[in-house]
Amino acid sequence: MNSIKEKGMKWLFTAAASASILCVFLICAFLFVNGFSTMGKIGFTEFIFGTVWKPLNNIFGILPMILGSVEVTLLAFVFGVPIGLLCAIFLVYFCPKKIYSKMKSVIDLLAGIPSIVYGFFGLVCIVPIFRNLFGGSGKSIFTAGFLLGIMILPTIVSVSESSLKAVDKNYYEGALALGATHERSVFFASVPAAKSGIIAGIILGMGRAIGETMAVNYVIGNQALMPFDIFMGGRTLTTNIVLEMGYATDLHRDALIATAVVLFIFILIINLSFAFLKRRIR
Amino acid sequence: MVKKISEHQQDANDLRIIHKDKLSVVLNVLVKISAFITMAVLIIMIAYILITGIPNITLDQFSLEYNTENVSMMPAIINTLLYTVLSLLIALPLGIGSAIYLVEYAKKGSKFVEIVRLTTETLSGIPSIIFGLFGYLFLCIFCGLGYSLLSGVITLSIIILPLIMRTTEEALKAVPDSYREGSYGLGAGKVRTIFKIILPSAVGGILNGIILSIGRIVGESAALIYTAGTLPNIALNVMKSGRSLSVHMYALLSEGLYTNQAYATAVVLLLMVMLINFASNKIVKHMGGKNEQN
Repeated sequence: MNSIKEKGMKWLFTAAASASILCVFLICAFLFVNGFSTMGKIGFTEFIFGTVWKPLNNIFGILPMILGSVEVTLLAFVFGVPIGLLCAIFLVYFCPKKIYSKMKSVIDLLAGIPSIVYGFFGLVCIVPIFRNLFGGSGKSIFTAGFLLGIMILPTIVSVSESSLKAVDKNYYEGALALGATHERSVFFASVPAAKSGIIAGIILGMGRAIGETMAVNYVIGNQALMPFDIFMGGRTLTTNIVLEMGYATDLHRDALIATAVVLFIFILIINLSFAFLKRRIR
Repeated sequence: MVKKISEHQQDANDLRIIHKDKLSVVLNVLVKISAFITMAVLIIMIAYILITGIPNITLDQFSLEYNTENVSMMPAIINTLLYTVLSLLIALPLGIGSAIYLVEYAKKGSKFVEIVRLTTETLSGIPSIIFGLFGYLFLCIFCGLGYSLLSGVITLSIIILPLIMRTTEEALKAVPDSYREGSYGLGAGKVRTIFKIILPSAVGGILNGIILSIGRIVGESAALIYTAGTLPNIALNVMKSGRSLSVHMYALLSEGLYTNQAYATAVVLLLMVMLINFASNKIVKHMGGKNEQN
């Protein structure tokens, strides 16, 4: 009786552990089957490298969105990475104990604010400011990148912070003993030692930025044109889906799902490189 | 006692041994400015949303029935509660079960464990819009559930599963081995040990996982729009469509007619998230800061 219970529970726990495998399998299966058959119908190169998106004329090219996503992510880097990294360095090496817990809750809260609220804030506060600064409508790839830069801050700060904390203190003390100042010891001895952890954090932030939908939706302008000017409106893979999924039918709907598949492949590549990097650090 | 690095710096400053060069001063200032910017961004955001939002909150936004005149967010708040409870009902047993498997049963370095970890990491990196489309394709169409509370709940369960797994796993790992040995020594079996000794000691960590999951559910919009639909009423049974508060906000913004109500909804959402965060901090502190959130 007892051994049956023990065995039965073990099987239950194993089954629970298989749930995440099943989920990933189902997600991949459903998206890929739907997506690739659509890409076959539209034509793979026409779909990926097509520069025109006109659903009403059955022209589905998503290159503008792919480039839009990449540009927005890169801009998010430009704003988010330096500040996030420096902020992590502050937390580990410069922060007085009193402020530390306050800073931590600030960063947790930044991570917890829903993306729709970020989008709303972007729409009612950042867009008007940028409209005055740069002219135009204020909604642009630049605005989206700026907002995403704020949104990826917590990810970059917390991953970099934990990898900075894991650096052997001897590095710092050694540099200090050689006569370097506190700042030089931190920046030229400790930070380089945490390099792979920091890169892992940046990769994770990249995944967040490229997959972000709701916040970007309200500040990017959403014109499906080739994004040659970052101060003009553009469209990302994610916003392409969220804008048109509501009313799309037939091939148009399938093309949007195929857009999600392209995004999913980007995400998988980013995730796998993060997993690979994390395992190499250990 | 070993000194912390910041204390070393304090010593150096006190003794004024080190004459700082230009680069050091610049780096010092840069680091502090960045920390200040991070703080300022949050404060500006919260202040802006509260100041512009609070005057827009009216009493009829909290009436039980939604109509185009009151644009009530109350049904959405109740729906959010339903989503939270039901998703936790599904995700908690699965998440805790798999964490128990990973910590208590799995052999180290087995292929199965590697795959479970990789898929969990993958799940936690997938953006909500992809979950949304998957839910639409699989639950709404393939399983025939349509736009419904149930489709939304299942999608949300998948989203929070990795979060619960990770926090529970960390909490289980923090339970000292001596507890297990003591329990075995007294003749308890493995299952008994897990349920009577290990889980009760890990309850703080699990609770924190629950609270973080609630935060995720409250903030979720993209995944729910294509699975649960955007109907503004309370979902009276699991096959009915109903919007959560975040989806309500999305609907208000995309309709473009109810700007004032959108401001008010932002305040309520923000307050909810702040409350959740506050609770999470309290729990982490209560546990003596053993389990950090990352």
